[in-house]
Amino acid sequence: MNVFDIIGPVMIGPSSSHTAGAVRIGRIARALLSSEPVKARIGLYGSFAKTYKGHGTDKALVGGILGMEPDDIRIRESLALASKQGLDYSFEEAALENAHPNTALISLTGRDGETVSVQGASVGGGNIMISRINGLAVELTGQSVSLIVLHEDTPGIIATVTNFVAAQGINIGSLRLTRDQKGGLAVMTLEVDSPISPGLNAVMGQLPHVISSTVLNPQ
Amino acid sequence: MIFYRSVAELARQAGEKNISDLVLAQQAAQLERPAEDIYREMAESFTVMKQSVSDGVAKDIRSASGLSGGNAWKMQRALEGGLTLCGPIFASALVKALAVSELNACMGRIVAAPTAGSCGILPAAVLSLMEARDIPEEKAVMSLFTAAGVGMVIANNASVSGAEGGCQAECGSASAMAAAALVEMCGGTPDMVCHSVAIALKNVLGLVCDPVAGLVEAPCVKRNASGVANAFTAAELALAGIESVIPVDEVILAMKRVGDAMPSSLKETAEGGLAATPTAAALRRKIFGA
Repeated sequence: MNVFDIIGPVMIGPSSSHTAGAVRIGRIARALLSSEPVKARIGLYGSFAKTYKGHGTDKALVGGILGMEPDDIRIRESLALASKQGLDYSFEEAALENAHPNTALISLTGRDGETVSVQGASVGGGNIMISRINGLAVELTGQSVSLIVLHEDTPGIIATVTNFVAAQGINIGSLRLTRDQKGGLAVMTLEVDSPISPGLNAVMGQLPHVISSTVLNPQ
Repeated sequence: MIFYRSVAELARQAGEKNISDLVLAQQAAQLERPAEDIYREMAESFTVMKQSVSDGVAKDIRSASGLSGGNAWKMQRALEGGLTLCGPIFASALVKALAVSELNACMGRIVAAPTAGSCGILPAAVLSLMEARDIPEEKAVMSLFTAAGVGMVIANNASVSGAEGGCQAECGSASAMAAAALVEMCGGTPDMVCHSVAIALKNVLGLVCDPVAGLVEAPCVKRNASGVANAFTAAELALAGIESVIPVDEVILAMKRVGDAMPSSLKETAEGGLAATPTAAALRRKIFGA
């Protein structure tokens, strides 16, 4: 914790969890899409579903999807801006089980047809936790540079990835791996202490048994 | 690594200096950035605070729910008309606390201090004192480091979240931080800072978080006004040499235990307190249609 966690963030009100945190979840969904979003289906759960209008959670999520920062004054008009920019958005109540009370499930479609879905919760004070990306379980705070590596579930894959990261002199702060089934599809998420260049990430994507690698910079 | 576990320890380490000097130096070490850089970032937040005061006193601001807006403007009219009970510095603090808090409810840009719901208290205290006494802006910015040092100890040992500790953790923490800033700006000792923090927290121990319709509006906006009043009371007593019977760090731990003992209906769930009154229920239906 530092002084700016206590005096800060600079943000658009009224609620750090229902507004500022919601912007950050929207930004992460946007960051994981390589082209401009044209469609956003947003599911809201718990307190988000009950109070989103009074807290401006809808404007905050859409503002984040448009790439706005939590202190961007345009968040107030983000819904109108979205329509003007050709982003077709909609909200619905999400039927989730055992989710955090402030959870949003965002499904985005990009101009080139690519899709991504992100499930994240606003856990207080503007902090967030991303729990699923494209349905696979992850655990990301968006506070550090993160690597999301989709790979085959095969022996030695952790060593391959971590050896590669180690060889670049990059320190790993946290590592998590989940898989859908034995020998199936798996996802590794690493939070690291230094930046990862697009070039480096491209090499990572070419490692044996790695399907794709995505860098998520702090949001 | 610096842990911020005791306000008394901060005061002891500050010695003859201000707590703000100590906290700034520690933060430079912790964040591995030059002190000037960290000061500059805090000064930028201070600029946002000033802007939020001037934006928030506008007559026509209104929140989406219709519950907030226009009260800072009314209080400003009273101040300008000389109609205040407690003198201009106090009335000016109330105007500013209402202004920032109402702006927050209206989706304006604010600095969470420590939270959005309690964002009016610290800027109101620091800015009203700075203006009334012609205190240099640098001193006001520095006082925010003392406030933040206090806030970090409270966050580490208790909580600054209404959902965890009730309103005592939000507006209570904010008024304790503001009291600390006021004492330092007035030239009080680090020891007096400790007493002011203890007194401010003791005065609101047990305050519940019971937002009408679950929104950060009623009673939050007015609790920001009473929070800055509490900060001035605590700072005034401490500067007069009045000491808290219970030491500051024990008060913080007591606040933690009170928060833990509070039922969840009184911790930001909008199920108890003012949120459970017939008027609140009617407002909720009106705003959300259910």
